[in-house]
Amino acid sequence: MSGLSDTAIVGIGQTEFSKHSGRSELQLASEAVAAAVADAALTPADIDGAVTFAIDVNDELAVMRCAGITELRFTARTRGGGGGACATVQLAAAAVASGAAEAVIVYRAFNERSGRRFGQPIAQNNQARVTPPGWNWYLPFGLDTPAKVYALWYQRYMHTYGVSNVDFGLYPVVARKHASTNPAAFYYQQPLTLEEHQQSRWIVEPILRKLDCCQESDGGVAMVVTSMARARDLPHRPVRIAAATQSHLRDGDEMFDYYVGDRATFPEAASLGRQLYETTGLTPDDIDVAMIYENFTPTVFLQLEAFGFCGPGEATDFIAGGNIELGGKIPVNTNGGLLGEAYIHGMNNILEGVRQVRGTAANQVPGAEHVLVSAGRSGLVLAPEGS
Amino acid sequence: MGRRDVPGVIPPSPTLDDQFFWDGIAEGRLVFQRCAACGVVRHPPAPMCGECHSVEWDTQESSGHGYVYTWIVSHHPTKPDTEPRVVVLVELDDGIRFVANLLGVDPEQVENGMEVGLSIEAVDDVVLPQFRPVNGSGKP
Repeated sequence: MSGLSDTAIVGIGQTEFSKHSGRSELQLASEAVAAAVADAALTPADIDGAVTFAIDVNDELAVMRCAGITELRFTARTRGGGGGACATVQLAAAAVASGAAEAVIVYRAFNERSGRRFGQPIAQNNQARVTPPGWNWYLPFGLDTPAKVYALWYQRYMHTYGVSNVDFGLYPVVARKHASTNPAAFYYQQPLTLEEHQQSRWIVEPILRKLDCCQESDGGVAMVVTSMARARDLPHRPVRIAAATQSHLRDGDEMFDYYVGDRATFPEAASLGRQLYETTGLTPDDIDVAMIYENFTPTVFLQLEAFGFCGPGEATDFIAGGNIELGGKIPVNTNGGLLGEAYIHGMNNILEGVRQVRGTAANQVPGAEHVLVSAGRSGLVLAPEGS
Repeated sequence: MGRRDVPGVIPPSPTLDDQFFWDGIAEGRLVFQRCAACGVVRHPPAPMCGECHSVEWDTQESSGHGYVYTWIVSHHPTKPDTEPRVVVLVELDDGIRFVANLLGVDPEQVENGMEVGLSIEAVDDVVLPQFRPVNGSGKP
């Protein structure tokens, strides 16, 4: 019996998603936090825990001061980048399940387009500031952007299964189709054709074009996690955290592993799948919506296969067959995902999962009960009570 | 925040854990760390052997021979007119995968499984382990 699955997401809040918010990251975080607390019909005084990313510049004390939170009894931060998006919810759920906190605010906000852009080249090597194995093994050889670092992994997938960049283009078309009917999406009413994808410039030849990359976004999102017992007294349909876990494997780096195993696969995601299915007793056929972290399009292909929605090397045909679109077998990234809606470090995809279980998504999947949310190195299953 | 200018080649910034590696490169040798207790060779370097917890180690010189496992063509982010660099993940005969560059080959001609050999060279004044194609038939 996992106490973790007796917790729920009861409030969500977000700012608009833009390329230039015109206000501070602290203001974005504070607005999202205040909106999430209000959505939960709680007061700031009810919040006694806070979780964000280790690299967040929005200090908990600054956020609690702005949001009017009286006292924090629990704080925790998740390691690394977007791969840890779902780990924030795991940390919050673990805190609630253990009694360390009663109601935890989870937040992430940044000006990732108008401020510090993650996709830009690393201009100098400062080994002392990074963790082993460090960048000495990459930067001197020209692996100076996330796109390049990841592409050196994805190329093995392309080679193994005969996948081309045209095949990768299938996903951005779906993401933008979903975004086009989501008023909160940056690319609302702006669908994309495969021809337009193929006309976008190379970022890493011959693997990634510009439209294979997630957006750079300004914005903030937040969620409130509390116990199922308390959730029942709150206005929204409780979104139970049926399972939450992480996977980091030995010899792996941030989201790429060069040094071991078959690089045409995503072993961490496969482990997440095994753990999430085992904890919930669900199978891939039971999942109604999948929210899949996509810094770059190939991670969708690798994760569709890792979670068993299709077999190894089958993602191209699976996507081409319409299976991940609204009305398909397993709708994926119904908000438009990180390519179509916004890139708030993967956290906005979790909020879409909450809306799908509540039944309030702009692109609602009828009767959605089980939502798998993956950030590649961390994952969740969200479900209503009793499901 | 504007796009910063980036040097052509960013030099390594050695630490206590990998100074030996860069010293080896400066001497014209590609060396990997080998556990003195259990003999397991590891890369990237680490201060402790994950197999037996020994912190004692020596080095093993690489065969310098292997095959291209994956590759990309890397265009310089702020100098679009410079020659692209082919970045390869080489599977060495030593049983280690190693990120480096492939020289002396047209980016159009790079293939998975290409047979490559070590060539330690100065690239924009930075001495780095690089690879060049060798006349073989590729990985069987």
